[in-house]
Amino acid sequence: MTDLRTRWRDFRHGVSQRWDRMPKASRIGVIVVFVVFLYALPNKGFYEYLGLPLGEYIPLYTTRNDMATVLFQCGYYILLALGLNIVVGYAGLLDLGFFGFFAVGAYTVATLTSPRSKVFTEYNWLESPWPWLVALPLAIALSLLAGVILGFPVLRLRGDYLAIVTLGFAEMIRIVAQQNDWIFNGDRGIPNIGRPPGTNSDGSPIFQFDAKPYYWLILTVIIGMVFLIRNLVRSRVGRAWIAIREDEDAAELMGVPTYKFKIWAFAMGAGIGGFSGALWAGQIGFVNASTFKLEQSILVLAAVLLGGAGNIYGAILGGFLVIYVPEWLRSVGDVFGLPEQVRIAGELYDISATNLRYLFFGIILIVVMIFRPQGLLPNRRRAAELKDREKEAMVGA
Amino acid sequence: MNELINGFPVLTVTGLTQGAIYALIALGYTLVYGVLRLINFAHSDVFMIGTFGAIWTWSAFGLDASSARPSLGEALGLIVLAIVVAALLCGFFAMLVEITAYRPLRARNAPPLAFLITAIGASFVLSEGMGAFTNRRQFGVPAMLPTEPVVTLGGWSLTPLQISTLAVAVIAMVSLDWFVQRTRFGRGIRAVAQDANTAALMGVNKNRVILLVFLIGGLMAGVAAVMSDMKAASTRFNVGFLIGLKAFAAAVLGGIGNLRGAALGGILLGLVENYGSAVFGTNFRDFIGFLVLILLLMFRPTGLLGESLGRARA
Repeated sequence: MTDLRTRWRDFRHGVSQRWDRMPKASRIGVIVVFVVFLYALPNKGFYEYLGLPLGEYIPLYTTRNDMATVLFQCGYYILLALGLNIVVGYAGLLDLGFFGFFAVGAYTVATLTSPRSKVFTEYNWLESPWPWLVALPLAIALSLLAGVILGFPVLRLRGDYLAIVTLGFAEMIRIVAQQNDWIFNGDRGIPNIGRPPGTNSDGSPIFQFDAKPYYWLILTVIIGMVFLIRNLVRSRVGRAWIAIREDEDAAELMGVPTYKFKIWAFAMGAGIGGFSGALWAGQIGFVNASTFKLEQSILVLAAVLLGGAGNIYGAILGGFLVIYVPEWLRSVGDVFGLPEQVRIAGELYDISATNLRYLFFGIILIVVMIFRPQGLLPNRRRAAELKDREKEAMVGA
Repeated sequence: MNELINGFPVLTVTGLTQGAIYALIALGYTLVYGVLRLINFAHSDVFMIGTFGAIWTWSAFGLDASSARPSLGEALGLIVLAIVVAALLCGFFAMLVEITAYRPLRARNAPPLAFLITAIGASFVLSEGMGAFTNRRQFGVPAMLPTEPVVTLGGWSLTPLQISTLAVAVIAMVSLDWFVQRTRFGRGIRAVAQDANTAALMGVNKNRVILLVFLIGGLMAGVAAVMSDMKAASTRFNVGFLIGLKAFAAAVLGGIGNLRGAALGGILLGLVENYGSAVFGTNFRDFIGFLVLILLLMFRPTGLLGESLGRARA
């Protein structure tokens, strides 16, 4: 076991060293190839080209749901994880209601672009539905604003209080959304949400029911976001966040305006969450109150921590895994004939991976926190912080 | 507003009953927080297991949602039995959570965030495990007590369920207060809450005290579960979430870590919720609880009675 571990460490070390020694041109080349690979993922033909056996079952391809749809779902979760990673991973604030911002983004787009939203049918606040692209910046701005408004009173609170208040906030948004006679139309929801613009050469719109263009769109957004967050974290703002995470009092004493930067982190995270919500609403075309459950917030948090809080690539890996793995397991189950339901004592039990995934995530959260609290792809500095703490043995523990 | 004035007696009584249930659950949160400075998110799902424990006990006697109401004597016996079973079940699961999810982290001196995350993990395991086990079905609670009010005075009336809930809650809280203030174990709990390391140096077995705290919290949740079962008339694997969240809010309201604060906070939250839902509509019942919590935290971050288990009158 230890031998395997050291060999794995050496291997990783070797890879990263070789990567660092490569000329810049070839590094860019590798990245470009990887990005192209990502864009090609949802095409079935791509797998044939790779020479993978195309039979009943294609490795990594999902059979139960269209691959592009699954990848798009991964995409919006990755975006959410990137946003939450700023809040939890960099600034060290525990936000349990992150999906609330996703809801703000999604509902903003929905109410403004759907011809059947009450803004047009009942209240007549606006003349005609907005295009998706015009509603998008407003959705981001509103969720950013929601982050600031929420952060303003609660960021003075200590860690655990912050957790419970953010949780309450997400719950409050859901309760407001659930009111049938209010603007968000409750569980009946808002259909016919506007889609992103653009037409093919034959005049048909690009963004229809096929999920591939949406996947490509969200992939582009993610790549842009990675650049943005990388630069942000290396700037003064990012250094301030990390200082707050490591020791808030010390940071304050060193002249970092901690309160201001905490609100910044909250707002940035919220804006990205809202962006994700707007993209999602554009693809799915329908939102209602039952979409926004607490489990979703927890799933995003699980993604960030599983991947490795404080590391952009960790968040991406985590966001990908929490959606893709259950979906992939279902496909594997299909091929090998694993049952999705069992009958025990005359009652049918659903044992599919999708149904049980929260159970497994619960176990994974506990196990990861005990044995690998830094996550799968840890941030080096944060991992060192955790190691340091472990050394301080406690009295009577 | 009219509704509030006309329905004031009814609202007060239902608010008190609901508040008593919140208070019992809040005690579990507040005890653990007082000793470990940790929000035990899994507590709400420990409560949920208790609601099932009661239903299983009753179904062992052949009672289900459709069966006829037993006689008063039988019903009281069955309720007491259900309380014992649910309390033991909750106590067991609460200790299980502490041993599997929190103790390994303490041994590694993990940061506070890590505890919160394993707490969420444990909460998911319990609720989703129960969800898979019960097929995510809703289970009806057999009728136990007669529903007609027995005491009526002016606009005020009390049903047997309300009387028994209040009585059980008062008994549980008084005995807990006695236990923490007067017994040797209670002194250990207060000592660890004040200063864990010094208490350990003075010969208090810290891990045993912590286990005891989880056990007591579980017992209280079990008592609350039976009362809540009879009030709500049904239960489900996810029933713990909302009620647990509110019980936590109640604990914060009274000053987390403070036992009497939890009792006060629970009662207050129950009342405020009921009055508020009369004014703003029942749809906003849950909304009001959180709003009160956020407002209170802004103006009095340590709750009404302040947060301290150790210093609460030695």
